[in-house]
Amino acid sequence: MSNTKLSPGIVSARLSEEDYSNNFSDAYPGFSNYEAKVEADRCYFCYDAPCISACPTEINIPLFIRQISTEMEEEAAKTIFDQNILGGMCARVCPTETLCEEACVREAAEGKPVKIGRLQRYATDATMNSNIHPYSRDGSNGKKIAVIGSGPAGLACSHRLAMLGYDVEIFESKSKAGGLNEYGIATYKSVDNFASKEIDWLLKIGGIKINFNKTLGTDFSIDELRKSFDAVFIGCGLQDTNKISIHTGSEQFVEDAVDFIADLRQVNDFSSLPIGRNVVVIGGGMTAIDAAVQSQLLGAEKVTIIYRRNLDNMSASQKEQNNATSKGVKIIANAIPTAIEKENNIHKLKLSYTEVDNETGQLKELNQTFSIEADQIFCAIGQKFNNLLDVFQSKRGKIVIDNDGKTSVKNVWAGGDCVDKGEDLTVSAVAQGRDAAQAIHKSIISK
Amino acid sequence: MNLQSEFLGIKSPNPFWLASAPPTDKEYNVRRAFEAGWGGVVWKTLGLDPHIVNVNGPRYGAVWGPDRRLLGMNNIELITDRPLQINLDEIKIIKRDYPDRAVIVSLMVPCEEDCWKSILPKVDETEADGLELNFGCPHGMSERGMGSAVGQVPDYIEMVTRWVKSNTRMPVIVKLTPNITDIRYPARAAFKGGADAVSLINTVASIVSVNLDTFSPEPSIDGKGTHGGYCGPAVKPIALNLVSQIARDPEMQNKDISGIGGVTTWRDAAEFLALGAGNVQVCTAAMTYGFGIISELTSGLSNWMRKKEINSVSEIVGKAIPNVTDWQYLNLNHVTKAQIDQDLCIKCGRCYAVCEDTSHQAISKTINGERGFEVIDEECVACNMCINVCPVENCITMRDLETGEVDKRTGQKVSDEYANWTTHPNNPSSVKAAE
Ligand SMILES: Cc1cc2nc3c(=O)[nH]c(=O)nc-3n(C[C@H](O)[C@H](O)[C@H](O)COP(=O)(O)OP(=O)(O)OC[C@H]3O[C@@H](n4cnc5c(N)ncnc54)[C@H](O)[C@@H]3O)c2cc1C
Ligand SMILES: Cc1cc2nc3c(=O)[nH]c(=O)nc-3n(C[C@H](O)[C@H](O)[C@H](O)COP(=O)(O)O)c2cc1C
Ligand code: SF4
Ligand code: SF4
Ligand code: SF4
Repeated sequence: MSNTKLSPGIVSARLSEEDYSNNFSDAYPGFSNYEAKVEADRCYFCYDAPCISACPTEINIPLFIRQISTEMEEEAAKTIFDQNILGGMCARVCPTETLCEEACVREAAEGKPVKIGRLQRYATDATMNSNIHPYSRDGSNGKKIAVIGSGPAGLACSHRLAMLGYDVEIFESKSKAGGLNEYGIATYKSVDNFASKEIDWLLKIGGIKINFNKTLGTDFSIDELRKSFDAVFIGCGLQDTNKISIHTGSEQFVEDAVDFIADLRQVNDFSSLPIGRNVVVIGGGMTAIDAAVQSQLLGAEKVTIIYRRNLDNMSASQKEQNNATSKGVKIIANAIPTAIEKENNIHKLKLSYTEVDNETGQLKELNQTFSIEADQIFCAIGQKFNNLLDVFQSKRGKIVIDNDGKTSVKNVWAGGDCVDKGEDLTVSAVAQGRDAAQAIHKSIISK
Repeated sequence: MNLQSEFLGIKSPNPFWLASAPPTDKEYNVRRAFEAGWGGVVWKTLGLDPHIVNVNGPRYGAVWGPDRRLLGMNNIELITDRPLQINLDEIKIIKRDYPDRAVIVSLMVPCEEDCWKSILPKVDETEADGLELNFGCPHGMSERGMGSAVGQVPDYIEMVTRWVKSNTRMPVIVKLTPNITDIRYPARAAFKGGADAVSLINTVASIVSVNLDTFSPEPSIDGKGTHGGYCGPAVKPIALNLVSQIARDPEMQNKDISGIGGVTTWRDAAEFLALGAGNVQVCTAAMTYGFGIISELTSGLSNWMRKKEINSVSEIVGKAIPNVTDWQYLNLNHVTKAQIDQDLCIKCGRCYAVCEDTSHQAISKTINGERGFEVIDEECVACNMCINVCPVENCITMRDLETGEVDKRTGQKVSDEYANWTTHPNNPSSVKAAE
């Protein structure tokens, strides 16, 4: 007999097949042709439009929207891809409410920005679905570039370099490309294998070779790469996570939210994934939200996010928080976990309330405590670098780069989550990868 | 508010008539229009038997605005495609059942006196209130020497009107085509021929679109298209101007005009009345939204009249005419400047783009080093273009400079004297006059 939401412990198949497929379908399906035209009409074609500078890749938003309104979806997509070759993924995953759409003048005017992200998806989908790749390369210029990592930063860098005539070799430690596009982004934001389809489409440019299961630091060193390539780009993201330890006896009770999400992204049959009846997620960012929401969608009865500071300190945007609470997730702010106990065969997480000391700004644990039932706990308190970092000058645990994306090591550039610049977002990774490619090109031709 | 209207002595409970077109094509429609509250109808134009035929493909083309709002429409429909007697019988029944409504019969027959002589007695029998002569239809019928083919030749208008007047007891309205150079000539001709009123406009000759796959104009009939008649909100400005030209003409003082063309809301109707129309006729708006809009038209007009303390429709007629003048009489000493309400401004920069690229470089794009838009009084010529493009209503307004205030653009003090082009030193004829 299959389980229900109320089945105790951590079990699989809590929901019907239909529920699973509803829960993990496209959260914001693409616009119809008509919806797109009505929405495109709302754009004022602003002068020096503020939405453009709010987009990390600086897409010419008014132009692409005007192209949509004149039924030139392909040209619109080209306007987008010129700046952001992963415009399809970004249209799905960008927290637009804190980027382009926050800056849209209609947000200030009426609280209803032009739906830039969804229009971007409309245009890019149209082109990608018809399998048009709007770029070509004139053939090889004989120069070779090594790219570490096939996440958004590495892909954007590789595509731009390939377009400019370089022969690109990507080294990817996993057996599948895409980085967090493939392993991190919430399932309902990128359905139908979009991440891998997008990569197939991107590789149509030619000149890019991906070497899978090849890890920098293990299989080869930076110095080896520098000898055999004209330049190196590091887009390795963050490979490790911060941990919290809460033990029951000798057993670590806390699971890693990033691993949980990666499993979710790779599974074909959601009913095969076990999930707790009572799930607790610790953290305040996009990962915490995604882990919590997807636990709920997998059939957990109660899901609670525990965040140690005030709600407005959460790095997840208001829209993300609302999305979570609308799915039934409860968010408890100003609390930290202290221990786990087992009473009558049920695990209970003990927590203390916290307060920020006004003078020192330090977080204080208060004497007041409470507990919640917790069959399963996910930790989502940030990603970090592994030992690779040692080679580079670093800051706050990330690689330091200059304005051109160059690291402290000669002929090595870097971008994306692994660098100490910009926000940890897909779109920022794309911008930095693209800009590093241009900088590499500039440096090589000036030699 | 009583909207009672009297046009050529024909009474109707309100000044809103349905223009001669598909909404007035048959008893079934007209009955429901009257039930909905329309004041009158001009029956779909009648012709001689054998009745004409329409195309069997699409008849209409369209120009849409945002959200597919119909801004303009064109049609290649002809006059009624039903036998004359059926129409006449229905008109008679309708007039009997709705004695308080205006029922006007629109006619178009060949330019031969006998044709008119044969049809007019039959129309008289319907006991309808009046006639409208369709000298306006710009497509199909004009190729056969009717419609705008008559309306474009003042002599024909006069001649046919005279024939009609001498063969009917009914008041005669002549419906004019806008497809001419100066509307006053056909209008004067109509009155010369004895017309009791003119109505305008009929549709504007137009091609609304070309299909870029088949290279056929639209609407396309088996790969070919033809020009049609344009109507709806887009033609209102043309119609308003033409109506005012007749109302202002010294030769046509106090002549009756029925205003037609793009009337969509009560406001449009009030504007036509203010420019000298005694009532209005509506076609496209009814064809777009159905007969129900009459409730908005009547309640809107009443409400506005109440607020303006206007007691009857006739008081509105021509109210704006004294203020319609020629360019040369506009006061050149009236100086205004655009000003931006910073609290309302959403910083879209459209005013800047338009002023910088196409006007007078009179808007700055920064305020204290930050994005912000401000009018540079030294450059602003008050052209109004920024207001046209600003998406926020009342965000940019025109301020009248006070008498004695210095216009920063010219350095001159604003004078309270009226001075126009006729006396301006740059006007060669004015210099000559002074010598
Ligand atoms: C759960 C989760 C949800 C997220 N949701 C969003 C979202 O909705 N919207 C958004 O904008 N951002 C989101 N982000 C952030 C976003 O995914 C990242 O900012 C973005 O993927 C960073 O791109 P990157 O290319 O720098 O790194 P990654 O995407 O991490 O890619 C790095 C790649 O390098 C490979 N690699 C690592 N080390 C080595 C090595 N030594 N040798 C060879 N290859 C190596 C990795 O396997 C990986 O493929 C989310 C992140 C997480 C964790
Ligand atoms: C489909 C259609 C058919 C028309 N047929 C006639 C007609 O038979 N006789 C006539 O005098 N005007 C005819 N007209 C013109 C209308 O009466 C009216 O003058 C014109 O449409 C402008 O008014 P509007 O903007 O309110 O539509 C027709 C208009 C349309 C749209
Ligand atoms: S890439 Fe992201 S931030 Fe940029 S315009 Fe598109 S949705 Fe907005
Ligand atoms: S700010 Fe908004 S309205 Fe202006 S160009 Fe950008 S999307 Fe369009
Ligand atoms: S057009 Fe209007 S809203 Fe836009 S910047 Fe100018 S004044 Fe402000």
